[in-house]
Amino acid sequence: MQGFRTLLFKEILRFWKVWFQTILAPLISTLLYLLVFAQVMAGRPTLYPGVTYGAFLIPGLVMMSMLQNAFANTSSSLVQSKVTGNLVFILLTPLSTWEFYWAYVLAAVVRGVLVGSVVWLTAWFFFELPLAHGLWLAIFTLLATIMAGSLGILAGIWAEKFDQMAVWQNFVILPLTFLSGAFYSIHALPPFWAQMTRFNPFFYAIDGFRYGLLGVGDVSPWTSLFVVGTTGLALSWLTLAVLRSGWRLRT
Amino acid sequence: MQPAIEIQHLRKSFGSMQALKGVSLQVPQGDFFALLGPNGAGKTTLINALAGLSRPDSGVLRLMGHDVLKDYRAARRSVGVVPQELVFDPFFTVRETLRIQSGYFGLRHNDDWIDDILFNLQLADKAEANMRTLSGGMKRRVLIAQALVHRPPVIVLDEPTAGVDVELRQSLWKFIQRLNQKEGHTILLTTHYLDEAEALCRRVAILKQGQIVAMDELHHLLQSYHSDSLEEVFVAILHQDESVRGP
Repeated sequence: MQGFRTLLFKEILRFWKVWFQTILAPLISTLLYLLVFAQVMAGRPTLYPGVTYGAFLIPGLVMMSMLQNAFANTSSSLVQSKVTGNLVFILLTPLSTWEFYWAYVLAAVVRGVLVGSVVWLTAWFFFELPLAHGLWLAIFTLLATIMAGSLGILAGIWAEKFDQMAVWQNFVILPLTFLSGAFYSIHALPPFWAQMTRFNPFFYAIDGFRYGLLGVGDVSPWTSLFVVGTTGLALSWLTLAVLRSGWRLRT
Repeated sequence: MQPAIEIQHLRKSFGSMQALKGVSLQVPQGDFFALLGPNGAGKTTLINALAGLSRPDSGVLRLMGHDVLKDYRAARRSVGVVPQELVFDPFFTVRETLRIQSGYFGLRHNDDWIDDILFNLQLADKAEANMRTLSGGMKRRVLIAQALVHRPPVIVLDEPTAGVDVELRQSLWKFIQRLNQKEGHTILLTTHYLDEAEALCRRVAILKQGQIVAMDELHHLLQSYHSDSLEEVFVAILHQDESVRGP
């Protein structure tokens, strides 16, 4: 267990040492979204009675920032270690595949929760935010950051250069987080796009999280739990299998 | 007593290139063993296979009796590897780097040994410096320190003195000799400085194109070639016909 604890501590310390870039920068960009969208959309009716657009937007933005930062933590740590070569210090140790996986993923959960919390706390100053179902909120926070953290490990193992990581950020993570109902209800979309969104697991993470905070959502929280849970489980299984195979890590 | 390092029929290919063609060798506990060969002979591939960084196509590798694949935890605890590449983690100080490396091996309160290593590698005054700020020679010393944090019985040094100044080289070898002679650590060394290998090592193996072409105690090797210079012997072995092979 000491080896696992050390790797987890090291991964948390790594992002904490550059908190300006890993905590503050995502907070600023998320608040800018909130400022712009909440201002532009102020006064327009939402699909949920009694819920302002600002209140509707906040859980979407909090979950979006948690997903993006959980992904960024594992993927950037791994790709940096691979490119600079210092991953060897971990590969030479007796750490098991499970210890490696959980240390990286839990550090991603910690960063996701930290960023999500500061976004939520800052938004709380400006908007009235209820807390409808705390347990659902915690479940979706945990499952979604595990899912995004696992995806980040896979991307970090696959990428051999920083520009390959940019492909993931720009062509996978960004579309998945933006086309996920963070800014709107899918009922407001044309049928084709509403249908497409239903194939996006990030949509269920955001919708479930919104249900936890506001008590309303586009789909049942149980459906969201099923989709986010099975996607997280499948990605965890795949990541562990890839780690065990040594693909792109051990020649 | 089981050998510190045991390699049997090790083969490794990268695509169509055969890097190791059935290498077998044994290094007894407490030995100071030099693995020599020209660039591309397969020395680093062999070390990587031993360290678990590379997966062999076939063959058996054991460290202190532990199979490096089947019993990888015990095998990796038995060995400290100093990699050839000058790699470091730019986020941490020297002390943080060494504490983290200790933790990976399950060691929590390791500062007395860390201080001892830092002193012997002349790094004590750099303990709180960030890795980024160190010179190349100092980064190399930290690499050596990282390999030693868990007091491994087997120490593998892959060209540890490349780019290191004379003074440090001498103090480094004094420390490694202390570990070998006083504390009984087994040392496997690869180097292109043959005078270093000659001064330090008891046994020598020469690798050429993925095969061992000579392996013997240093003084036997010098005697059999009627020479008093390892460099002469090395050149002679590399140029002789492949059919004249050592054991």
